[in-house]
Amino acid sequence: MKMVAAAKLRKAQNAIITLRPYAAKLNEIMQNLSKSVDSPDENIYSAKRPADKVLIVAITSNRGLCGGFNINVVKRVISLIKEEYSSQYMLGNVKIMAIGKKGDEMLRAKGYAVEEAINDIFDKLTFENTVPIAEKLMKLFVYKEFDRIVLVYNRFKNAAVQILETEQYLPVKASDENEDNNGQDLKADYIFEPGKEEILESLIPKAIKLQLYKALLDSFAAEHGARMTAMHKATDNADQLIKDLNLAYNKARQAAITKEILEIVSGAEALKG
Amino acid sequence: MNVEIITPDKTLYKGEAELVQLPGIDGSFEILENHAPLISALAEGKVKIKKSGNEQFFDINGGVIEVLNNKVLILAQ
Repeated sequence: MKMVAAAKLRKAQNAIITLRPYAAKLNEIMQNLSKSVDSPDENIYSAKRPADKVLIVAITSNRGLCGGFNINVVKRVISLIKEEYSSQYMLGNVKIMAIGKKGDEMLRAKGYAVEEAINDIFDKLTFENTVPIAEKLMKLFVYKEFDRIVLVYNRFKNAAVQILETEQYLPVKASDENEDNNGQDLKADYIFEPGKEEILESLIPKAIKLQLYKALLDSFAAEHGARMTAMHKATDNADQLIKDLNLAYNKARQAAITKEILEIVSGAEALKG
Repeated sequence: MNVEIITPDKTLYKGEAELVQLPGIDGSFEILENHAPLISALAEGKVKIKKSGNEQFFDINGGVIEVLNNKVLILAQ
């Protein structure tokens, strides 16, 4: 199990590692653009509305045996419902979307209604397959079915460490880095074709789709990392258990032999006497 | 010039090229050696890469291109 997880981890890790430069570059271009466009906030995907209707997207795995990986997500979702969005939940305005079988099952078992469950995405995790989900989320937001969409997932740091993230998906958050690079201008005098606004407009939906894909890839890699660690611990535990049991068995055997010898010897002594 | 086409899943092309033809939003355009810095949005279509007489085609589903110092980076979808 550990070896299987390790092999799958390598694949998932490669996928997230190839994606990161892509995401970084896209972000860089977006940031350059939004700085030079006058009103970057006027976009249908960044419209801030009071968070009356909230959708929580819980990203878990389809399979178990991976330690606290799934339960952490479920716990975070429940704490979000009970604390941050409790007033909305009272009004029935918090909905849950589960990506991954385990989160779906656990949340249902705990008595939370799961509005929608998507279970087959991890069978073939490609960008094309995640686009429909992202488009659906974007539509839900634009048509005001929801005012805020939040992702809860495990971010992959390394094979042993997963970081539980709660990320606002929509509306798009204005980048905080703006202040940091204020003095920094574009690297070169770019020609913008057709125009900055148009490019930005076509890039924002792409970036949103990419964000979901990144979250899914992160979660996928983290899942295998978590499973590998869990299975490693299980193997170690089993080894220790075998060792202990072996020792106990040998001790008992030895005690029985000693007892028998004692009986024979004392019997012989008694006959002699 | 150096050309790289990457999608979220993989790298489609990486290497030298003499000419790149791209499906721009407002129509097809080409990039040759020593092109001025450019950022442009791309529409769905084919990217043609010409290298020592050989032509290669790649299908993209929209994207963005950045040209800087003879480095062409195509973020495709």
